[in-house]
Amino acid sequence: MRSAGASPGRTFGSIKRNWGLYLLLLPAVVLTILFAYTPMYGILIAFKDYSPALGITGSPWAGFKYFEKFFNSYQFSNTIKNTLIISLYSMITFPIPIMLALMVNQMRPNRFRRFFQTVSYMPHFISTVVMVGLMMILLSPSTGLVGNLYGLFGKEAPDLMGSAGLFSSVYVWSDVWQHVGWDSIIFIAALSAVDPSLYEAATVDGASRWHKIRYIDIPMLMPTAVTLLILRVGGLLGVGFEKVYLMQNDLNATSSEILSTYVYKIGLLSSQYSFSSAVNLFNTVINFILLIIVNQISKKMSENSLW
Amino acid sequence: MGTLTPAVKENTGRIKNNRSSDTVMEYVMYAIAVVFLVILMYPLYFIVIASFSDPSAVAGGQVWLFPKGFTLDGYKELLKHQNIWIGYRNTILYTAVGTIIGLAVNISAAYALSRKDLAGRKFLSLFFIFTMFFNGGLIPTFLTIRDLHMYDTFLVMVLPFSVGVYNIIVARTFFQTSIPGDLWEAAQIDGCGNLRYFALVVLPLSKAIIAVLGLWIAVGHWNSYFNALIYLKNPDLHPLQLILRNILITNQMQSGMGTGEAAQIALRLANMMRYSVIIVATVPIMCVYPFVQKYFNQGVMIGAVKE
Repeated sequence: MRSAGASPGRTFGSIKRNWGLYLLLLPAVVLTILFAYTPMYGILIAFKDYSPALGITGSPWAGFKYFEKFFNSYQFSNTIKNTLIISLYSMITFPIPIMLALMVNQMRPNRFRRFFQTVSYMPHFISTVVMVGLMMILLSPSTGLVGNLYGLFGKEAPDLMGSAGLFSSVYVWSDVWQHVGWDSIIFIAALSAVDPSLYEAATVDGASRWHKIRYIDIPMLMPTAVTLLILRVGGLLGVGFEKVYLMQNDLNATSSEILSTYVYKIGLLSSQYSFSSAVNLFNTVINFILLIIVNQISKKMSENSLW
Repeated sequence: MGTLTPAVKENTGRIKNNRSSDTVMEYVMYAIAVVFLVILMYPLYFIVIASFSDPSAVAGGQVWLFPKGFTLDGYKELLKHQNIWIGYRNTILYTAVGTIIGLAVNISAAYALSRKDLAGRKFLSLFFIFTMFFNGGLIPTFLTIRDLHMYDTFLVMVLPFSVGVYNIIVARTFFQTSIPGDLWEAAQIDGCGNLRYFALVVLPLSKAIIAVLGLWIAVGHWNSYFNALIYLKNPDLHPLQLILRNILITNQMQSGMGTGEAAQIALRLANMMRYSVIIVATVPIMCVYPFVQKYFNQGVMIGAVKE
């Protein structure tokens, strides 16, 4: 096993010898160039007055016109505020899968534990469309489960899906409901790697279950948690399009318009290609910067980093 | 965990004391677990019983534990709805073809990247990973796909987004940790080339990872909605999720749009079908998943291992 690229001649020899491996890589590389890197070239249209007839190269330059247009539009502060509220709110729920994993780890490995895990993963496999459909049915104040529950106590239910003020809560907590079990798997996996002798030693020292969680389990989970947290922050402004778009209606419009739905609407529904690309690029660049900053901070503080 | 003999545990008063607090904690924990199970399961159970109940009983809040006014009307209505069956057929096709393509592309690339003697390995990994954090965005990607004449074709649903970088990383880790390098050296001495070795030795040893990725990719295709929304215009190509959105969320029946009485009837039928349509769209995935759950776990655990 020698390091590749030691000298050009050796590199070439190694490529020649392993041509089969490059053949195996070829489809993925071609597809990535075609559908991931080629569109990056298309980002140029954010700086141009794109017209389909002239193409990307032929269209005249527009400088930062579309960025200024976005910064000056009334949608600027609104979409950013909504996006940030939803993603920061989601951040708060980050420890919940960890708590669930700690709990599952305390269960004896038996049928109940298996059943519990099976059920907790299940909602993860519901599609976004069905999930939002479910929410509309169950949360409806007139005919839904929530409406009926309030009815039992003789109260009027709030319109959860049609309220701007409650939009972020409904979005975030339904997400927790759907994915908490699945998100906990990775932490359960990390906990299963704990050396049993640590627990035995702790028991001899008189540690309670709680002590073991506090001083063995939680420190064990930190590296995994930090890595996932960094990735989350990197996607701070990248709140998923699908669910928000499906949950949108006239009643919650003021708090449900986020960057990605805005990009979709101005871009594909009203064909303002350059403007939409500018908004999208702004979003991507902020995410990228955040990712790098958080990764850097984490590297300094805990020696945990993505690269 | 818990491998100490009872004799040791009862040796000192301190440990005994901890044991009783541990028992309390255990009861509290299992109580929380049961509440959690109810919160997760009841909404799903409610949809099932509601689908067999008289819609007005559901709306009136009379359905809690068992179906009321047992009826199969929702399902009968569903059978008549042609769009759903077209959607079903398309989704099955997209899932089957898309999963095969996805597996072929990702597994072979992952294997090549797992080989330490691959010259340019670092660069190639970075080439893929970069696309996880930076991309062209919606409009440039849309324009690229259109320029490649893939808009509104079968191909757009199975090819452009088949490279999954996360999947490649997971599979690469699997190959690195479970296929011994000596095997390749032995094969090489016998005059076996890379491609033959991959097909005849590596693949048969990799059933676990093929199962994991295959399932992830298949679930992704089954539930996918975003790409169809953006890249498909022709209703004959629409997958199930897009049809579901019309029924569940936007509440429009493709055929029965109109005003007055016709629209009223269409709306009533749509309401009747909402529960059964959720069941019919979700049951196939839910049926597969308990059987393959252990593979899912395995996949996430492999993914959790840091390089």
